[in-house]
Amino acid sequence: MSTALALRQPVRRRYRLRGILTETGSIFLGVVILIWSLVPVYNMLLIALDPEEGEIEFDGNLWPPEPSLEGFRAVVTQEARYLEHFWHQFGNSLYIGLLTMVLTVLIGSLASFAVSRMQLSKGSLLTNAALLTYAIPASFLIVPYFRIMHSYGLSDNVWSVIAAQVTFATPFAILILQLYGSLVPFELDDAARVDGASAPQVYLRIYLPLMTPALAVVAIYALLLAWNDYLYAAVLLAVRNMTVAVTQGQLFSDTDAPWNAMMVAGIIYVLPPIAVLFTLRRYVVAGLAMAYVTE
Amino acid sequence: MSSMQQVLAAGPPVSVNGPRRPRGYRQLRGADFRWAIAFVLPYAAVFVVFVVYPFGYALWIASKPSLYAELVADRSYLPTVVNTLLFVGLGVNIKMFLALLLSGFFMRRRRWIRALLGVYVLPWVIAAAQACVSFHWMLQDQGLVDGLLSGLFGIYGPIWFNDRWLALGWNIIVYIWKWMPFWTVIFLAVRIKIPRDIHDAAEVDGATGARRFIHVTFPLLANLYLVCTLLSTLWTVGDFTTVYLVSGGGPGGSTDVLATLGFHYAFDTARPALGVAAVLSALPVLIPVVILLMRRLQASEVEL
Repeated sequence: MSTALALRQPVRRRYRLRGILTETGSIFLGVVILIWSLVPVYNMLLIALDPEEGEIEFDGNLWPPEPSLEGFRAVVTQEARYLEHFWHQFGNSLYIGLLTMVLTVLIGSLASFAVSRMQLSKGSLLTNAALLTYAIPASFLIVPYFRIMHSYGLSDNVWSVIAAQVTFATPFAILILQLYGSLVPFELDDAARVDGASAPQVYLRIYLPLMTPALAVVAIYALLLAWNDYLYAAVLLAVRNMTVAVTQGQLFSDTDAPWNAMMVAGIIYVLPPIAVLFTLRRYVVAGLAMAYVTE
Repeated sequence: MSSMQQVLAAGPPVSVNGPRRPRGYRQLRGADFRWAIAFVLPYAAVFVVFVVYPFGYALWIASKPSLYAELVADRSYLPTVVNTLLFVGLGVNIKMFLALLLSGFFMRRRRWIRALLGVYVLPWVIAAAQACVSFHWMLQDQGLVDGLLSGLFGIYGPIWFNDRWLALGWNIIVYIWKWMPFWTVIFLAVRIKIPRDIHDAAEVDGATGARRFIHVTFPLLANLYLVCTLLSTLWTVGDFTTVYLVSGGGPGGSTDVLATLGFHYAFDTARPALGVAAVLSALPVLIPVVILLMRRLQASEVEL
């Protein structure tokens, strides 16, 4: 008994030492991650709080010498140069982002429901072909898109950008839905079928609720794809129909632009996706937690 | 609702071999068949109108062989190919490897690590254009990076965008900064689903830390890692925003990648056909990547 205790003592001490080392290491890593993630964000804030508009210059400051909310005022009241249409463009961004999100989820889930749950024969040909979309990356297709949208009568129309974003988001959506769907058992579909439910009823009442976590991931992905897009909005839309991202990008090396206001616009632009991410996070976490529990 | 949970509890959604309906279990007939067709139709339409047609159109625009001769003769083409290879090769691989390691860090069930994850995904949420512009200004003379360098280490930073390799390096760093969180979250979501008993069994056998990662975690994730890397490679070849808005292709177009060079030809010098030819010249590399991706996906449907 006593010898066993004596033997266990150094082992326990070694474990504790290792625990302390791991803890120190992960705190160090945490600090590195924090700095890495936040420095560019901080830089946006630094420039946004600068009182002077125009003629951007730096003095190696690590914090704003005389912080001012002038930039925020100028953006909200649309007085800043180049940002006269800020709220309209912000609305465009929202419109494009949300519609891309909804359409991607809808089209992607319908297709993967028909192919993987209803097992439409030869249906997997379509979902496999979907991946061919990525054989030519989105940015490589901008020239044909520019001309095709014109021939579809969609030049300078936000729907041209929505169509492009949905096209590039849906293959990944189908991929994720298929992978996740292969983990969801068929019993419920069958039970509902036996009870005489039609295909749309199975889709609405069984498939969508079961797939919520994957749908949330797909929704976030599609929204951020549209939100991140610069090229398509820049090429396919004229000033008034543009998104906020484009205005900033087009002036990116213009030292004369009101950069404090530009950065404020950037900060405001980050808020909607954060809101969506936090709303949908619940479902993602719930899905992950479910996986935990059922193990 | 409760019956749904019962079924879920009965059939674990993490079963290693996903539920497979026996072959020929039920043939779609009548109304079902029509519904299935109706469900597939929207995507089929999108695919034909916005994928097949633009593809074909692009191939037709860039079908003249003389365009490719002109391309190869252009002095900026070869450096651009080298840049693209470096940007994609280094960017994708460093990013995926770090994302895999960091997903392990975020697996730790600590409250502060959960909170940190919220901050860590911020780069993914910030629009690429804004993030790249912020980096662009941060790297100007006496910008935040120079300020930090002189404040912390007393180093006077170089003019970052005056040197091809420094500028290319920063493009890669910004790319990693922007896209690493997305893949970390993907790995995290899958790793959480690896049944705990596998780890427990490994622990009983004495495999902890690095050994557990190499012998237990990584083999389970290998296929997923490959699939994600291939997919990310395809997306990164088409990354226009990072290069265009961080270094702007400068100095003097020396950090251009195929995507920005094609844009430059098409919209700045009004040679759309040459622009399309420039990007389509990557097809001989991209098509095999897509085929490999499809193969791995078919394999992973069974393995995952």
